[in-house]
Amino acid sequence: MLTFTIRRLLTAIPTLLLISLVIFLLVDFAPGSPMSDIPLTVPPDVRQKMMEAMGADQPVMVRYLLWLKQFFWTEPLYGIDAIFGTDFAQGAQRIISWQSKVPVFRIIGERMPQTLTVVGTAYAVGVLIALPIGIYSAYRQYSWFDQAGTFFAMAGFSVPTFFTGNLLILIFSVKLGWLPTIYDTTLRVTDWASFYKMVMQMAMPVTVLALFNAAEISRYTRSSVLENLGQDYVRTARAKGMTESTVLLKHVLRNSLIPVVTVIALGLPTVFGGAIVTEQIFKINGLGAALIGAIHVSDLPTVQTLTFIFAVLIVMFNLIADILYGILDPRIRYD
Amino acid sequence: MTDATQSQKPRSQWFAVWHQFRQHKGAMAALILLGALVFFVLIGPLLWRIDPNFIEPNTVKMFKLRNNPPSFDHPLGTDQLGRDILARMMFGGRISLAVGLVAMLVAIFIGTTIGVLAGYFRRADGLLMRFTDLFLALPLLPLLLVMMMLFSEMVASVLGPRLGTFLLIVLAIGVTSWMQSARVVRGEVLALKEREFVLAARSIGTPNRRIILRHILPNVLSPVLVAATLGIAAAIITESVLSFLGLGFPPDFPTWGRLLYDGIDSIRTYPERVVWPGLAISLTVLSVNYIGDGLRDALDPRIRGR
Repeated sequence: MLTFTIRRLLTAIPTLLLISLVIFLLVDFAPGSPMSDIPLTVPPDVRQKMMEAMGADQPVMVRYLLWLKQFFWTEPLYGIDAIFGTDFAQGAQRIISWQSKVPVFRIIGERMPQTLTVVGTAYAVGVLIALPIGIYSAYRQYSWFDQAGTFFAMAGFSVPTFFTGNLLILIFSVKLGWLPTIYDTTLRVTDWASFYKMVMQMAMPVTVLALFNAAEISRYTRSSVLENLGQDYVRTARAKGMTESTVLLKHVLRNSLIPVVTVIALGLPTVFGGAIVTEQIFKINGLGAALIGAIHVSDLPTVQTLTFIFAVLIVMFNLIADILYGILDPRIRYD
Repeated sequence: MTDATQSQKPRSQWFAVWHQFRQHKGAMAALILLGALVFFVLIGPLLWRIDPNFIEPNTVKMFKLRNNPPSFDHPLGTDQLGRDILARMMFGGRISLAVGLVAMLVAIFIGTTIGVLAGYFRRADGLLMRFTDLFLALPLLPLLLVMMMLFSEMVASVLGPRLGTFLLIVLAIGVTSWMQSARVVRGEVLALKEREFVLAARSIGTPNRRIILRHILPNVLSPVLVAATLGIAAAIITESVLSFLGLGFPPDFPTWGRLLYDGIDSIRTYPERVVWPGLAISLTVLSVNYIGDGLRDALDPRIRGR
């Protein structure tokens, strides 16, 4: 298991490097090099340091390596400094946002909690809805429940989130006036009243994202359970006289959840993508909103860093899915 | 005797596929719905001859035309500049569908080429599949947004804002969505390559190029067809997401996504401006997905009863 994990970890590194190269080159080849585009509002001494840190007049490969160094060496050092109060970084140039002139990673640190709360809750809710639907649809294949589940799943990934989101706003905020349309990021949960407010403001974004996720996961659960229901061990279990609930919830469920767990892990990065849209609809001040904001004002360092952060998330969850599959299904390990 | 031979005449494969497709009630309903939508979008402007970008030059008249409720002259009302919303919906639908179709063609072309090459030539397989995996690990939506941000001005200055944006969006969506079809095609080609008819073709000295074009490609048609159908739906959604985030088409060249984006500012007073385009996108994508589902069943010879 250890060698399996190490092998997977090692394959992740070249993938990440290639992705970073793609992102870097994409921005670098764009008309007007990033360095010539530094807004005049950036003070001259900072501009000079930024030019040096990114090696403005060096060849492409050197600039790429310098960018990597900033991302993987300087920024983690600042992170360590911030946690332990040390001074490893010694004032090296950080990745600075052109828009707000603060380090990009500080922006990410501020925005991350909102995105994680909404996305995490939505994903958990989505999985909790999807599993029972998927299991029961498979158990009663072609019943009216299964047909309804199929339609629900189809509608789930056909109706775009920006439409469901606005529809919910229209119904629950504009017509009924029950829920707030704008997510208040400054809200701290201290007592029951503020907790209630938090639940109210999270209700719509979480519903939108959860419905979208539940559609896909319920389909995977259904097909996986269906596959297992036809296996010999199910017939054996029934022949031994076990109750249907034991057969379904103990024997079948355990085996059919193996692929579903990996799908759940693999789906998480797409949720972050979906969060970009959802944050835009409900005005949540998260990572996705930061990306869109940075794109609209051509804040290249922020855009580059955030895109790469999304890439890191994808690769990380691919890795987690692989390793989980290895843990859950011993057959996978020996390939 | 002649009667017997005539009734024995083998039915074509596509007849069998169509016969199976008709069994899928959802797909048939979707086909009718999509047909109606395409009719609305393609034939509609020929019957409803109002310019979607027409703004009344006379200011007084223009102010009277603004934000009109549905009336006989404007069945869906007018927008904040007095433009007819029905005409804009038809016009926007044309572009949305065109983007979906062309982006799908780009994606299928790249996907099939890479899939066939990887499946057929063993030496290229490892490299091409790593390449595919790399694309699968890219954060596609953020990258699409970055591409739109970086290149839209440049492309617009070379090709004009309409054609430029159209080409950029279509290429960007195509380049970021070919991976699934490449994988499916590769799997099919790997299996086909070992079949007797390919062996026979090779044994009489058919060059690789002709084996691929004459023997392999026609046989991967059905998975490609399914992938293409689902690809249209995905492309329409992606385009509308880009437009919704304000990085898609300009307002005088609207798609359904752009119309929805423009409608959001007035969602409290004129909610129908969000609902109509959203409903159009949802119904189109839903019906295309159902048709893809039906096609998958119909083209699978294991399911198709002969």
